[in-house]
Amino acid sequence: MSCILQVENLVKHFGPVQAVNGVSFAIERGTCFGLLGPNGAGKTTTVEMMEGILPSTSGSIQYKGAPADEDFRNEAGIMFQETSLQEFIQVGETLELFSRFYSRTRPLNELIERCALGEYLDRDVRKLSGGQRQRLLLAIALVNDPEIVFLDEPTTGLDPQARRNFWQLVNDIKQEQKTLVLTTHYMEEAYELCDEIAIMDHGRIIAQGSPRALLKKHFDNSVILLPASEVPASLDQDHRLKMHRMNGQVEILSEDVNATIELLMAQRIPLTHLQIRSRTLEDLFLELTGRGLRN
Amino acid sequence: MRFKRFMAVLSARNLEFLRDRSALSWNIVLPVLIVLGFAFAFTTSSQDLFKVGVYEQQKQAPGVEQFLQLQHIQFIPIDVIDSAIIKVERHQLDMLLDSSSGRYWINDSSANGYVLEQLLKRPADTSLNKQTVTGDAIRYVDWLIPGVLGMNIMFSSLFGVGYVIVRYRKNGVLKRLKATPLTAFEFLSAQVVSRLWLIVAVTSLVYAGTDLLVGFRMYGSYLSLLLVLVLGTFSMICLSLIVAARLSNEETANGILNLVSWPMMMLSGVWFSLEGSPEIIQQLALIFPLTHMIQAARAIMIDGESLLQVSDHLLVLIIMSAAFMTIGARSFKWE
Repeated sequence: MSCILQVENLVKHFGPVQAVNGVSFAIERGTCFGLLGPNGAGKTTTVEMMEGILPSTSGSIQYKGAPADEDFRNEAGIMFQETSLQEFIQVGETLELFSRFYSRTRPLNELIERCALGEYLDRDVRKLSGGQRQRLLLAIALVNDPEIVFLDEPTTGLDPQARRNFWQLVNDIKQEQKTLVLTTHYMEEAYELCDEIAIMDHGRIIAQGSPRALLKKHFDNSVILLPASEVPASLDQDHRLKMHRMNGQVEILSEDVNATIELLMAQRIPLTHLQIRSRTLEDLFLELTGRGLRN
Repeated sequence: MRFKRFMAVLSARNLEFLRDRSALSWNIVLPVLIVLGFAFAFTTSSQDLFKVGVYEQQKQAPGVEQFLQLQHIQFIPIDVIDSAIIKVERHQLDMLLDSSSGRYWINDSSANGYVLEQLLKRPADTSLNKQTVTGDAIRYVDWLIPGVLGMNIMFSSLFGVGYVIVRYRKNGVLKRLKATPLTAFEFLSAQVVSRLWLIVAVTSLVYAGTDLLVGFRMYGSYLSLLLVLVLGTFSMICLSLIVAARLSNEETANGILNLVSWPMMMLSGVWFSLEGSPEIIQQLALIFPLTHMIQAARAIMIDGESLLQVSDHLLVLIIMSAAFMTIGARSFKWE
């Protein structure tokens, strides 16, 4: 696979604030690249520099091996985190409007069907629900049959069903071998959609790789959860258990789940409410930064 | 410039304007209401210019009969002289006359009072010969129509383009457009053309409707008037592009647009003629495109002047448009 977009030592200052501080990565053609991080981490600023919306303070962005030019505008599809559309215009007219900006376009009927917008073509864009609106914005981003699609927190604010419907749409786009750049708060979303992720904090990338490789690299344990009331305080001192109490629960990090359960049984701890889960990207982020992803 | 992209933005903007019923109806109804209001206020059957209170009308002394026969003075019988004197103090009466006692009252600061006093004490006929002319009077409403139409065009141009672009920038519409191949020139041209034809159409409608309701003078060429209208509108839309070039705050834009529009409304001769005002005010008014548009329109409508005769105004409007457009387009930012 060849690299479609390469970012080298990207820096962005807003006055005294250093929003992005020397970010570098390369995105392979046909993959989904995810930028993760809490609010203020610098991911939207990074993406907007890649999209050509914001100028960078320093550093370079190469699209197909050259600085982005008019070809990039024609070949990129962009869905912003927040977008307003022209008022008093209907869904069908909005798609028509954007399609007329490009020399190469995708058949609108196909887009309308794919994004399930057929029922709403005559509806004023201001009267769409959150999910319908996001599907329209995705359709607009795809109207020029782009080679690379930027999705900036596309499912923020959607209900779980609408979010999963949206993931299905994104997976369909992935099947067409298009390159996707996704920023998100949702670790489940990144895990579901991304081939590679970069976790950002304080304007820097603090970890990068495929979700599974990152988890494998940083974690070789699972989490055992028990109600705190069922675990005596005396067990806190047991050096064989890596455990801590939070929110009425005891969280035990275990490299050997069988051995840990045997140890708990030996201590006559009731295991009725025991839960075991694998480590997640959110755990990884906490481990790396000490902050929650949605902080 | 790609014509397809220009046309796409143009048709979307037209749809937005035509579907915004409240804005559209306001653009049409407001000027008609203003003209109707002024037509009723200033078109009365009475031609009285002065008000004179007459105490004990039956007992007026000889010598004032001639004064009491004068036309265009409203003579009002007075019963209580003290309250009538108060009315003179307050300029509610221009003069109070009680010739039976040989007295009259005027207010020292009243110009009308002064004129009436001269009429009351007028000398015998001079040797000058009277010459008369005939012709239709120019009513205030005839004079007002070009001003009100110009004012409506000014507000529609400034707020309909400047304010809208600032709103687009604030709510992110411009940011979304920036992410497409659409150029700033294509976008701005579409905004200008869209508003231009809409204003010309709405103004023509208002013109026809007002003419039907009030009836006013039009001695010149409609084509000349249309050209003045188009050029004046274009220059004011271009002026709004300067305001809209970078602002992203609607409140600030509103303040600046008011700052630009109110001096024009007061000094461009919308409501009253600047002929009697100080020279500096008259010169200052010439920096406004509205002044040139209204003066050219009045010259065509009321005096029947040709395009050549108003060419100085047209030339100024062309130069202003070019300057405003250049500054506005060069300083334009999508965000």
